[in-house]
Amino acid sequence: MPTVLIMGVTSAIGRAVAAEFAGRRYDLVLTGRDPEEVAAWAADFTFRHNVRATGRLFDALEFPSHVAAIESCFEAAGGALEGAVVSIGYLGDQALAERDPAEAGRILDTNFTGCISALNILANHFERRRGGFLAVISSVAGDRGRRKNYFYGAAKAGLSAYLQGLRARLFGAGVRVITVKPGFVDTAMTFGRPGLFLVASPQSVGRGIFKAIQRGQDVVYLPWFWRPIMLAARAIPESVFKRLSV
Amino acid sequence: MLRMRYVNQALSGWGRFPVEACHVYRPTKRSEVSAILHSGAEPSYIPRGLGRSYGDAALNLKRGTILFTHLNRFLSFDPAAGILECEAGVSFAEIIHYLLPRGFFPPVTPGTKYATVGGAIAADIHGKNHHRDGSLANFVVGLRLLTPEGQLYECSANRNSEVFWATVGGMGLTGIILSAEIALHRVESAYLVVDYRKTRSLDETLAVMEESDAQHRYSVAWIDALARGRSVLMRADHAAASELPRHLTNPLAIPKRVGLRVPFDFPSLVLNRRTVRCFNRLYYALHRSERLLTDVERYFYPLDRIDHWNRAYGKRGFLQYQVALPLDGGREALQELVRCLADFGAAPGLAVLKRFGVGNAAPLGFPIQGYTLALDMPDSRDLVPFLHQLDQRVAYAGGRVYLAKDAVLRPETFARMYPRLDEFRSIKSRLDPHGRLSSSLARRLRIVDDTQ
Repeated sequence: MPTVLIMGVTSAIGRAVAAEFAGRRYDLVLTGRDPEEVAAWAADFTFRHNVRATGRLFDALEFPSHVAAIESCFEAAGGALEGAVVSIGYLGDQALAERDPAEAGRILDTNFTGCISALNILANHFERRRGGFLAVISSVAGDRGRRKNYFYGAAKAGLSAYLQGLRARLFGAGVRVITVKPGFVDTAMTFGRPGLFLVASPQSVGRGIFKAIQRGQDVVYLPWFWRPIMLAARAIPESVFKRLSV
Repeated sequence: MLRMRYVNQALSGWGRFPVEACHVYRPTKRSEVSAILHSGAEPSYIPRGLGRSYGDAALNLKRGTILFTHLNRFLSFDPAAGILECEAGVSFAEIIHYLLPRGFFPPVTPGTKYATVGGAIAADIHGKNHHRDGSLANFVVGLRLLTPEGQLYECSANRNSEVFWATVGGMGLTGIILSAEIALHRVESAYLVVDYRKTRSLDETLAVMEESDAQHRYSVAWIDALARGRSVLMRADHAAASELPRHLTNPLAIPKRVGLRVPFDFPSLVLNRRTVRCFNRLYYALHRSERLLTDVERYFYPLDRIDHWNRAYGKRGFLQYQVALPLDGGREALQELVRCLADFGAAPGLAVLKRFGVGNAAPLGFPIQGYTLALDMPDSRDLVPFLHQLDQRVAYAGGRVYLAKDAVLRPETFARMYPRLDEFRSIKSRLDPHGRLSSSLARRLRIVDDTQ
């Protein structure tokens, strides 16, 4: 059976993509921080989809552990991995981050440094293998810095830029890099937050990501209408944008 | 730890009465459940599943309501023993979807498959097989309960049995049920052989039930409360694979059918005495005394096929009224209730009667050996005082009202119906000394002290 690595199974989007693959008889290697959660999800995927789902621990903020953790994922996959989905993110508390460097660091390290550390290891692996895919959940928040979440937005912008470069590097090796930019999705990250609109279900986003991987799309906005919305948002001149309270 | 966020949402039970603003939390990790309980953000919390209890059991006005729909993982399944371990948010629909094709069915099922395991245990649900198998508690091999004090209890009828029995039927007030192990029933097919039998009166219905219930796993009667209790008895047993016609190549598959939906609130007038009378006549006329093969969905969950069927009762919602009456004197009490209903001019859309087998050790358990009668009644101005009258009669007869369906019972009558209330309170105060688990129902019935 082909195997896919899902990094961040406790994220609703990561899980929705995992379900798409499991529904098509892919085996899964799932990672998360909390051993109890990872074990529960591995058991649940095994039961519902009748595939082999193995849990492994990975904490984006524990940098020294990354190499060993991801190698253990390769091992768990048994044979070759078909690809990896990286769905690791932390919205954090913008107001707190403005005062507290620890929170600012958590946001930047989870969404940017931690992800990139994992992606470096994955990129080298797939480059050596000369094939596979890397689908990474970035965000529309990275398309334009906003007063309300610019720590998160900056980290995601950095991640998107990193993926642009990585895509060019791996192109020759036949490794596809897919940047996923979801808008608002009904997940634990957004639950109970005011001011959301056009909220999508994680399942529909998961389906969209699976399709984008199949098509080998470079950048996908999910749902699709976020592409024109962000195009418009980027077109607003900075002199106007800075006066808006968005 | 960041503060857990909530959504302020107007919630109701399936009866859509009452509707209350609750602070809805939606944990997606187990550790978040304790984080919510210990945050101190709310005076109290109540767990909630798919909102299929009818009244205010899973409401907590202006306080915490913890939604368990996102903690619904299947943890293990042992096909040899038929034991499923899953989280509280798993629904009966999911269990059937995944395990009926493998030859297993819930050992006890409510009238909807959109109930969660956690809610079903907390209400200690019964099914059409109570006369033989008792309530769900009999099949709960074990459960994990997290108390608001942060203690984790592994309990069963043999282990921490006091905690187990208080939790079963305890309406979510003893702790949070995280997961449970349930012994499933092995079946050969997705079908039932249903034996229909029409009767002309309540007396005849009761007599037939008495004499032949024991021969069937499932037994229930639809009764026409507007016509002296004439009934259609529906007794059923799981069909063996050999009993199916040859064209059904996969005996464990449920036939696909089109789902229906009530798209908006019907005007309250749609279900009135006259239309209900017509419906009842039609229902009675359309059934014959015969044996038929029916699939599990049709037999157990006829209304699940209609999405939002509760809208048919109009915006004001409806009240479900279900009582248990003891063997001793139950028959007379039942006759009296049906007479009262007719006199009052109530138009119960659905009235269902069945015999209960022996009850269990749960201090707040509903079933007692005897009879149970369930009615759906559209809300009307004088319905609540009328139900209060019925409550008195039921209490007098030694019967009780089912908490999972109740929205109007008064605390004094409740205490008379559930004589082991103090025993329950004392276990609760040991498990939850600071009263962090409470609900609108618990306050209305004064199961708890925080009555503001």
